[in-house]
Amino acid sequence: MESASQLDHNHQISLKELPYLVRWREDRCKRCGQCTAVCPVKAIVPAVKVQRVVHSEGAVPSPSAVRRIVHVIEQVVNMENCCTGCGTCTLVCPNDAIEPEYNAFNKFLHFKNKGGEGYKRGGRRNDPSISTLDRLKFTRISMLTDPALDAGRHEFRVRSLLGRILPPDELPLIQENGKLAIDAESDRFIPPVREIFPIMIGSMSIGALSPPMWEGLAMGVAYLNEVEGLPVVMCSGEGGVPPSLLKSKYLKYFILQIASGYFGWDEIVHAIPHMVEDPAGIEIKYGQGAKPGDGGLLMAQKVLKLIAGIRGVPQFVDLASPPTHQTKYSIEEAVAKMIQSMSMAWGFRVPVYPKISGTKTARAVLNNLARNPYAAAFSIDGEDGGTGAAYNVSIDKMGHPIVSNLRECYLDLVRQGKQNELPLIAAGGVGKKGNLAANAAALIMLGASAVSVGKYFMQATANCLGDEFNRCNICNTGKCPRGITTQDPKLYRRLDSDKVAERLVEVFKSADVELKKIFAPMGRSTELPIGMSDGLSIDDKAMADRLEISYAC
Amino acid sequence: MCRLAAITSREYFSPMESILALETMKEGHDGSGLGLTMKNLGGEFEEMKHFPILSGICSTTGAKTLDEFMDKAGFRLKEIWAPKIKKVRGITPRDHYFARVYDYPTSYKHKSMKEKEELLMNVRLTLRKIGETDESIFAFSFYPDVITLKEVGDPLQLGEFFGLDRDSIKAKIVFAQGRQNTNYAIYLYACHPFFIQGYCSMVNGENTAFVPIREFLMSRKFPGYAGYNSDSEVFAHILHYTVRQLGFPLTYYKDVITPLKESEAGQRGDREALSLIKKSLRPLCIDGPNVIIGFVPDGSCFMVHDAKKLRPGVVGGVRGKYALMSEECGLDSAIPKRDKSKDLFPMKYDMVIIGPDAEEVKVWNQLHS
Repeated sequence: MESASQLDHNHQISLKELPYLVRWREDRCKRCGQCTAVCPVKAIVPAVKVQRVVHSEGAVPSPSAVRRIVHVIEQVVNMENCCTGCGTCTLVCPNDAIEPEYNAFNKFLHFKNKGGEGYKRGGRRNDPSISTLDRLKFTRISMLTDPALDAGRHEFRVRSLLGRILPPDELPLIQENGKLAIDAESDRFIPPVREIFPIMIGSMSIGALSPPMWEGLAMGVAYLNEVEGLPVVMCSGEGGVPPSLLKSKYLKYFILQIASGYFGWDEIVHAIPHMVEDPAGIEIKYGQGAKPGDGGLLMAQKVLKLIAGIRGVPQFVDLASPPTHQTKYSIEEAVAKMIQSMSMAWGFRVPVYPKISGTKTARAVLNNLARNPYAAAFSIDGEDGGTGAAYNVSIDKMGHPIVSNLRECYLDLVRQGKQNELPLIAAGGVGKKGNLAANAAALIMLGASAVSVGKYFMQATANCLGDEFNRCNICNTGKCPRGITTQDPKLYRRLDSDKVAERLVEVFKSADVELKKIFAPMGRSTELPIGMSDGLSIDDKAMADRLEISYAC
Repeated sequence: MCRLAAITSREYFSPMESILALETMKEGHDGSGLGLTMKNLGGEFEEMKHFPILSGICSTTGAKTLDEFMDKAGFRLKEIWAPKIKKVRGITPRDHYFARVYDYPTSYKHKSMKEKEELLMNVRLTLRKIGETDESIFAFSFYPDVITLKEVGDPLQLGEFFGLDRDSIKAKIVFAQGRQNTNYAIYLYACHPFFIQGYCSMVNGENTAFVPIREFLMSRKFPGYAGYNSDSEVFAHILHYTVRQLGFPLTYYKDVITPLKESEAGQRGDREALSLIKKSLRPLCIDGPNVIIGFVPDGSCFMVHDAKKLRPGVVGGVRGKYALMSEECGLDSAIPKRDKSKDLFPMKYDMVIIGPDAEEVKVWNQLHS
């Protein structure tokens, strides 16, 4: 009989509480130890066990019990080291002897708050259901009443505009001999406008990303622009960019983000006199879809020499950006003055726009921007956006879905007649299920001028392991097993920046083709079908009514 | 695909000529309607060029409402022209088809043409609103020197029905469209040509960019940008917006609906202006497939295509009389004695413009301006 102390495990959790159960096959394992060495959270350990085996030999059964020492791989049963399901163990196992399996009955969130601290992680909203974006269908197909276009034959222009566009009746034009010309006498400010590919790379900072990841994306962007002729732009995220980029001709493909911590901006401002090109734009981050109302955090272990240099801070300190811009106390301060200050820094040659997290109050911000002639765009990041680090409650429960938020903003602009003046950038969940082009096209047809995407590129270009079942999602710890969100050379050496760049080029080229494949049968090729909502349907009447599109079933 | 027949001439001619041209293109319309817009009127209207003409259809009750409304608005009826209806099988006659010539209210007599145009348009829109639900009044146009007739049926039969073959009504510009209905219901307000304040267009093909264009126009806060029972109505309104509201020369209509790429625009002297126009009027870009035939207040007529030229169109004729047609056979019917080798088939960058009184034909090339 076991002693009472051994039977009383009331204060321990059971394996069933864990989100991932490690399936280890004793018969296949050769005990090489690679899985335990590579596990980023130390969820599995080698262990030595005593096994009792009933043994029989000879023609007549003569069972006898033998005790033997065995070496096993054991899953650690505690929440601090619980398996995140990343599957790195499976990747390194030479014999397919180990793999994590999702446990739908887990009670992970009941226990992941030890020490009174809420659970923090990176990644995305853990909601694997089909999003509204993925329920939107393209239902207006041209056939007989109007011929469908041929994506392979007709000329297509899949381009958008980033920048404030003047209303037609305010254009400073004069007529001379039957031709229009710009009125040299007019002092009308003509805002800067960039022609861009409508899928942008969203703001992921150098610091949050590892050097090869950021470099890979940057190289891919340069290649897409210089060789493929696709004007793809990428946002830096908070924390600046490498000094060499600031002074290079490739800066024109980058949007520099300024956020509440102003990290990296001392270096950027000092580099302005030495810049040979203007950046593509300036994004002022007021909010992030994944963690509305929460500031940024780059943990001390990620602040190595390179990052400290770029951000202008000491090494190995936590870099927290406040939830709001502390120097700004009102929307006039935060939006109007900041947009003007940033515009002024580049002589009003660079589009400057704010980014907020999806919210019911987006229209209030929109209306403020609509009246501000210097606001170059309005970026809204929906609840399905990603993050490098945030409280789980923020990621999972805070924020607004992008689709209806974007749509109501667009329709508001339509009511004001300003739908072409202030481009809307939609983000948060684009490509969540892999449908990058379809999600982008749907948002465009609901009124977005462009979409901004992050997680999809991490998954498609660098094999990020995360998913909506909380798989991996340890970006905040600096222990990314793929080497994407880490500053640890031992981890990021796993990632080849050239391969990231190659994949990025492939992804954009295929998205370009897929966008044409969507637009061609709908009879659109010359201009991006922004607001062409008659092309869309959804299989839910309430959603259809909310989005002012048709219901199809 | 609807068929279009437009004739512009130095001399007055019968609208039957345009209808007969349509008849040669019969395989392209299914009898779902005829729209006829006549400008620079002759015959009994020649002496009344400065008085606005209200064209439409009404029921007997609608006629009473109309009279009371116009009277109240201060318009004095000068003349009524009504087609001499002949019963034709398959066409259900409505109570009254009319073109009523009015004199302006006293308070407007000395106002500018622009102010008069606003008044006329608002009256037309109000009448439309009053009569739309019970279909007691249809008001197609209300403008000096312009008459519009529309009805459901085969164009040739409708010509007979309206007695146009027997009537003395004549005009110098006649636009006719035989409909191949691709809207969901056959409705008179969906029938081309569309007219607004001296600007008129008729189109074939479908407008895939309709919704963003409609939203853009409707948000200009101009009351006339309304209706849109047909996706083609926006073409007339883009023309009106570009030329009248923005004051751009006519050729910029082409630059608005089918803008050049930046690389192509580089060859143009006005490239900087073009770049601004392209951005600011981005929602008005059409994707076709369309051929658009239109006229503007000075009597110039034009033909223009979408950027992919997915619809046919031909222009030909002799000095003093030109026709703009969907098909060559229509041209042969309208102006058989012409040098066919000089027929113009406008391509993607072309805009064919025939000056007032059909004096000259210009092909304006968008690339070279």
